Amino acid sequence: MLGIFDRIGSATLYYINEVGRMGIFLFHSLVSIIRPPYKVWPVIRQVYIIGTLSIFVILFTGAFTGMVLGLQGYHTLSKFGAEGLLGSAVALSLIRELGPVLAALMVTGRAGSAICAEIGVMRISEQIDALDCMAIDPHKYIMAPKFVAGIISLPLLTAIFDVIGILGGYLVGVGLLGANEGTYFSSMYKDVEFNDVYMGFMKSLCFGLLIIWICSSKGFFVHLTKGGGFGAEGVSRVTTNAVVLSSVSILLFDYFLTSILL
Amino acid sequence: MSERPVVQLIDVRKSYGAQQVLKGVNLAIMEGKTTVIVGGSGQGKSQIIKHILGLVRPDSGSVMVFGKEISRVSMRELKEIRTNFGVLFQNAALFDSMTVFDNVALPLRERTKMPEEEIAKVVNEKLAMMDVEGTNDKYPAQLSGGMRKRVGLARALVLDPKIIFFDEPTTGLDVAKSNEIYRVFSRTQTQLGYTAVIVSHDVPKIFKLADYVALLHDGVIQACLTPEEFQLSDDPVIKEFVETTMGPLYSSEMEV
Ligand SMILES: Nc1ncnc2c1ncn2[C@@H]1O[C@H](COP(=O)(O)OP(=O)(O)OP(=O)(O)O)[C@@H](O)[C@H]1O
Ligand SMILES: [Mg+2]
Repeated sequence: MLGIFDRIGSATLYYINEVGRMGIFLFHSLVSIIRPPYKVWPVIRQVYIIGTLSIFVILFTGAFTGMVLGLQGYHTLSKFGAEGLLGSAVALSLIRELGPVLAALMVTGRAGSAICAEIGVMRISEQIDALDCMAIDPHKYIMAPKFVAGIISLPLLTAIFDVIGILGGYLVGVGLLGANEGTYFSSMYKDVEFNDVYMGFMKSLCFGLLIIWICSSKGFFVHLTKGGGFGAEGVSRVTTNAVVLSSVSILLFDYFLTSILL
Repeated sequence: MSERPVVQLIDVRKSYGAQQVLKGVNLAIMEGKTTVIVGGSGQGKSQIIKHILGLVRPDSGSVMVFGKEISRVSMRELKEIRTNFGVLFQNAALFDSMTVFDNVALPLRERTKMPEEEIAKVVNEKLAMMDVEGTNDKYPAQLSGGMRKRVGLARALVLDPKIIFFDEPTTGLDVAKSNEIYRVFSRTQTQLGYTAVIVSHDVPKIFKLADYVALLHDGVIQACLTPEEFQLSDDPVIKEFVETTMGPLYSSEMEV
């Protein structure tokens, strides 16, 4: 019977350990962003990889999210004779919730997994050790540009998502279902406040940090992963973990951020 | 010239699970000299190098580098110490998404303020020295194993390190190439006066390069002697190593 306590104990220790080293990892990465020299080119490259290459996915999902919001919103609101609020309903759900969350989930799937796998492979093929031995700080050299790029890209992608979503809602609500064109935008103009935009912006900023943090630290510590982080299989397992963990944390943090920012 | 140790391992022990790899290693690496570590495959030679580099922490014992305990220093000090290192890993550990040129240029770009033209000059010079010029735009995956090793050597030497660690620099090279590499070593060493730690299976050729030979066997450094002393040693373990790797050269009198 002792076995079960042993197992619980060692699992607990393992997770405390993991949270600890991920925390230290985040700290080092953030410090290394602040420390000079500042190199612009690596950041631009990462913004391209994390941001620009995600635009198509964001356009696509944003459009369809807005369209389905228009569809659902119109049918629900017309039950109360309130089709005039369609614009603000679509805009507010996108700006406050769906934009930041869905954009972050898409980026996790597209760029987060790639980051985790890239760093994981670097770790198992001793490239990170090689950097260390050349006295090149891997946090400064690899992580810092990714963190900065994540923090830059996510708010921008979210903004694109919101705009496209609002246009998608317009297309369905006004174009297909015949809601009033003028009230779609005027209700939006009336009801969306700075605070809503601020909330969406803060969320996307936090999610950007969260995605890069979880995905890159999971890859960075692949060799310490429980159950063996070896070779191709180790990297693939840790990448799956990273995507699941960041998706879950995005939803979790979304709740807490909303309750703080409301 | 007075000899003082730059690296000292004192009673270093390391186990992985039930396997005891290092069982109390004692070794001093003298400044400006070439120390060659030999021993059977899987004995823990690469592990010794990783301990000195500060990549692996010993279970007990201490590893002193430039008079500092490498597993206890702060991250900043560790980085400071490592600026003196030039390292070739056993698998070369090249950055596989960078071209050969960028691989060798990386230490210069990240650690110096050298302008790009000068970097190009230095990199090409080092690549030529290792006889791999003309591969600048290839990726490591497009090179042969021996070429990868030589690019790794060029990268390790590009910043003129004070102390170099080469894990099997000539494994996978043909005889002419490895002779050439040895010539480059002795030439650059007289030029730069660096301390060298080389792990090699290339006995006895590597002995020509060595000031000291250390035999790792059974988790312990059996002896650290000059090549001549090493070959003439009466120690049964060393004698057996010498005989299996070089043939019974010195027993000829007995056979007469
Ligand atoms: N991370 C690790 N986990 C478990 N065992 C390890 C680990 N690293 C090394 N070992 C073990 O340590 C021993 C020594 O390994 P090492 O790579 O130092 O050998 P070596 O002397 O360099 O051999 P070779 O000449 O073949 O390169 C081996 O038995 C290996 O299985
Ligand atoms: Mg080895």
